[in-house]
Formats: sequence, C-alpha cells, structure tokens
Amino acid sequence: MLSKQQARAFFLVGTFVTFLIFIGLTIYSFSDGQDQTNYENITPQVVRGKVIWEQNNCMGCHTILGEGAYYAPELTKVVERRGEGLIKAILMSPVAWEPNGRKMVAYGFTAEEADDVIAFFNWIGEIDLNGFDRIVSPLAKDKQLLNKQPEN
Amino acid sequence: MKYKSQKVAYWFFALSMLLLVLQLTYGFIMGFARIGMDGLHEYIPFNTARAVHTNLLVVWLLSGFMGAAYYIIPEEAQRELVSVKLAYVQLISLALVGVAAIVGFHFNIWEGRKFLEIPHQLDYLVVANVLLFLALILLTLFRGKRKTTTALVLTMGLLFAALLYLPGMLPFDSQVTDSFFRWWVVHLWVEGVWELIMGGILAFLLIKLTGVDREVIEKWLYVIVGLTFLSGVLGTGHHYYYIGVNKIWLVVGGIFSALEPLAFLAMALFAVNMYRKGEKKHPNKIALFWTLGAAIVSFVGAGLLGFAHTLPQTNLYTHGTLVTAMHAHLAFWGAYAMIVLAIISYSLPNMTGRKLYDGTRGRFAFWTTNIGMIGMTMAFGVAGVAQVYLERKYKLDFMEVQNEVSIHFVVLLLCASLFAVGILTYIYDFYKHGLPTDEALEPEENNFL
Repeated sequence: MLSKQQARAFFLVGTFVTFLIFIGLTIYSFSDGQDQTNYENITPQVVRGKVIWEQNNCMGCHTILGEGAYYAPELTKVVERRGEGLIKAILMSPVAWEPNGRKMVAYGFTAEEADDVIAFFNWIGEIDLNGFDRIVSPLAKDKQLLNKQPEN
Repeated sequence: MKYKSQKVAYWFFALSMLLLVLQLTYGFIMGFARIGMDGLHEYIPFNTARAVHTNLLVVWLLSGFMGAAYYIIPEEAQRELVSVKLAYVQLISLALVGVAAIVGFHFNIWEGRKFLEIPHQLDYLVVANVLLFLALILLTLFRGKRKTTTALVLTMGLLFAALLYLPGMLPFDSQVTDSFFRWWVVHLWVEGVWELIMGGILAFLLIKLTGVDREVIEKWLYVIVGLTFLSGVLGTGHHYYYIGVNKIWLVVGGIFSALEPLAFLAMALFAVNMYRKGEKKHPNKIALFWTLGAAIVSFVGAGLLGFAHTLPQTNLYTHGTLVTAMHAHLAFWGAYAMIVLAIISYSLPNMTGRKLYDGTRGRFAFWTTNIGMIGMTMAFGVAGVAQVYLERKYKLDFMEVQNEVSIHFVVLLLCASLFAVGILTYIYDFYKHGLPTDEALEPEENNFL
C-alpha cells in the first residue's frame, strides 16, 4: 500500500518534472524559426492599435484569436470579412453601431486611432493559427480552396 | 473555534458574501443585455459588466481563501495568528483595492486583458496586499507547534498563486505572447495552484467532519495534488492550440488536458470514501453537504465539461464560443465557490457560537443554488452547441446566430433567479448566525466537535 512518503515523493517529483518540461516547451515555442506570427511585421502602429484595443477592453465583448467575451463577433479575420472602410466608419462613429439591435460603445476614435486599430487587425489576420483561421472566416476557407485549385 | 484570532476569518467571509451579491447583479445585467434589454448600456456597457462580473469572482474567492487560511492555519499550527491587527489592515486594503478596481472599470480604467483587467498601477497594491497576507500566514505556520500537510498544501497553494500573478504583469508588444503568458496566470491558477488551496481546505474539512485519521486523509491529499500538477501544468497547452504558437501544443495540451479530469475524479472519490469511512458523524450537516458537493460538482463542471471541449479536434470549433461559458460556470461554482461556502458553513457556527447545523434554510440554499447553477450551465451549453453548428459549421453571420440562441438566455435568466434566491438565503443564514465572539472558544478536548 502507498505510504505517505511515497505519495509526497509522487507529488514533488511529478510537479518538478512537468514544470521543467513546460518551461522547455515554452522556450522551444519562442525560439528562432518557430514564429507563426510574422513578429517582424509588428510596427509601432500595430503596437498603438494593441494599446487602444486594451485600453478600451474590446475583449470584454469581442473575441480575438478566439479569446475574449462572446457578446460580439470574432475579429481575427475582420478586415478580410468586412473591409477597412466599414471598420473605420464604425470605430469613428459618434453614435452607437447597432447591428440587429445589439449596441457597441460609440468610441468616436480619430482617423489616426482607427487606422492604428486596423493595422493591429491586419497583423492579427496574417497569423498562422493552426487551422482556426479557416473556421472563423468563411472567406479564408474559400480563399484557401481557390488557391488549391490550380495545383489540382 | 480554538483560537481567538480565528475570528478574523468572519470578516473576510462577510466581504466575500457582499462581493458575491454584486457579482450576481452584474451577471444579471449581462443576461438581460443578451436578450435585448440593455437599458443600462450608456452607464454599464457589456464589457464593463463582464470585467466586473469576472473580477468580483476572483476577489470574492480570494477573500474566501484568505478567510479560510486565517481560520485553518491557527488551528493546524496550534497557535494564535502572529498579528490580528495586521490581518485587519490586510482585509481593509483588499476591500479598497477591489472596490477601486471595480469603480475604475466604469470609467474605462482597465487593462482589457481577459480576467486580468485590473490596471497596472493597482497590480502593485495587489502584490503588497498579498505579501502582507502571506507574511502573516507563513509566520504563524513556522512559529506554530506543528506543521501539518494540510496547512503546508494550503499555504503552498496561496504562495504559488501570488508568484504566478507576476507573469501577468509583464508587458508584451505581441498579442500572441501576451496571451501566452496571461494563461500562465489564469490557467495555472484555476487548474493548478488553486486546486492546492481547494485540496487543503477539503482535507481540513474532511478531518473535522468525518473523523477519519489525518494520516490517511493527508496521504491522499498528496496523491490528488500530485495528479493535479501532473496533468494541469502541461494541460495549459489547451489554451495554446489556436492562438498562433507551435503545433506541438496540440499534442501536449491534448494528451495532458485529457488527463485533467482524473485529478477531479480522485478528489470526488476521496471525499465520498472518507465520508463513508468516517465513524463519527459531525452534527454540522450543512457543511458536509457543501464539502461533498464541492468535490462532486467540481468533477462534473471542471472535469467532465472541461473534457467535453478540450480535445484539439473539438476545440477547433468550440474555441471562443459560449461552450466555454458553460464549462466555466459549473467549474468555478463546483471547485471554488462551493468549497468557500463549505468552509464558511463549517466555521461560522464555531466562531459565533450559534449552532445552526441542520436548518431548513441551509438545505434550501444548497439545493436551490445547485439546481439553479446546473440549469444555467445547460442553458449556456445548448446555446453554445447551437452557436458552434450555426456559426462555425454553417457559416451564418454572428448576429443572426445570436438572435437564434437568445431564447436560451431567457432560460438562463430564470435559472439564475433561482440561483440568486439560494445565494440570498445562504447570506440570510450567514447574517442570522450573528457576530463572532470570544465566548465561542472551545476547550482543546472538544477538538472533534
């Protein structure tokens, strides 16, 4: 029968080993050649867009990369789906955007701020999401099918 | 109650109850907004309500864990707390930081990172507050007459929870890296070190309520927390499947998060077996209800419902949908809310001297909250599955799908009302116990009772 000492050893050794593996995998994920995000494309404008995204808690309604709240649409491929013009108009609108009766906060951003957020969305839209990008955007799926056809 | 300083716990529990009521209020605001009744949009838009709802959950649970520690550690270490005055300073500062954060959310002052919305400036105050708490607990423990496994596991959980808050304070310019390390805090809290806290409280309650030998209970406590870390640490990978990091996490996260229910299953079996094994039955039946309930509901909510969408093949479709809300509600309720309500139900009669052990109110609160929460979970589940099929499989527009599933939020609101009635009954019972008093001190030989 298992003794208390053996149970303690199981806990301590198990925890230590899994933590080491976890740290190892984290380092591996961020090592050279493993980047799936086009990190070099993060311009100061993209960073400004991310700051606006965070300062207004956009994640409190929307999801991005599948993360956030589930009250408003996923924005990972939003530029592809809606186009920059509409997004810019919504971000700059002084009155609440209200599709199907569900209100968004009227942020009334300046043109420059709206461009920053769109730059952030553009960068997000190019990330390799291990297949999730095709699930959240029908256009991305269609585009991939179109790209494949010439090969066949 | 064996030590006068244990009374501090009462006020942490009272703060918990207050914040819980506020959390429910904001939950209702969100529920009504989802069925188109968003009259408060100008003042409390959905993103404010959500940040308040989730952060209040974290703060009331933390306040409950801290109260539990202030109650359990003196009894386990067999000495008074090193400083009662500083414990009250810690309580007041915790309440102030919490309130400041919540008020700030209404004025667009936040970080906008899911679950970690508290702005950076307040993060430092949180750290100072938790350091003071840990100092009081650790000093009491190490100056105490004995260092039990139960006390060590509970303290270790609280210490690691504090350390793991730090990666969430690092700034990153990439959304992907930001998200990656945010999960170090959120996942490793709720599917790691918080389970240590839960395990510690559960072991303490089982020792007190069933009379089973401490050595037996603590041996299994090690096995359970061992299983928790063995599966939970690498199980973090299930948050990394589709956020823009290496595919290796699909394999690692898939395998280890599929093992996560084992820890919860072990916890449920452990609690039920200890209860059956126990020869002496403690008269505090309500505390026993909550204790066994926590072990069983956490297995269903965190274990089974987590497993339902943790495999990469499933998560590809459910990631970022209401299916997550389904799992989150029952998991937090079973694993953490119920264990806090269990320790409150156990300790309250001991601190106030009013032995309301088996009243109708207590039982009513237990059943209505649980039935209400299971109903809410089912409403979220049906809405979530419908959303997955309509939006992800059949590519319908987001808002079209939201209109289709809005009826499930009417059901959700009805179940939430039942849940709220149960919580209010629990709080009324809390109030009826009266205030803690030194007259409730018990002699050493009455340890078991």
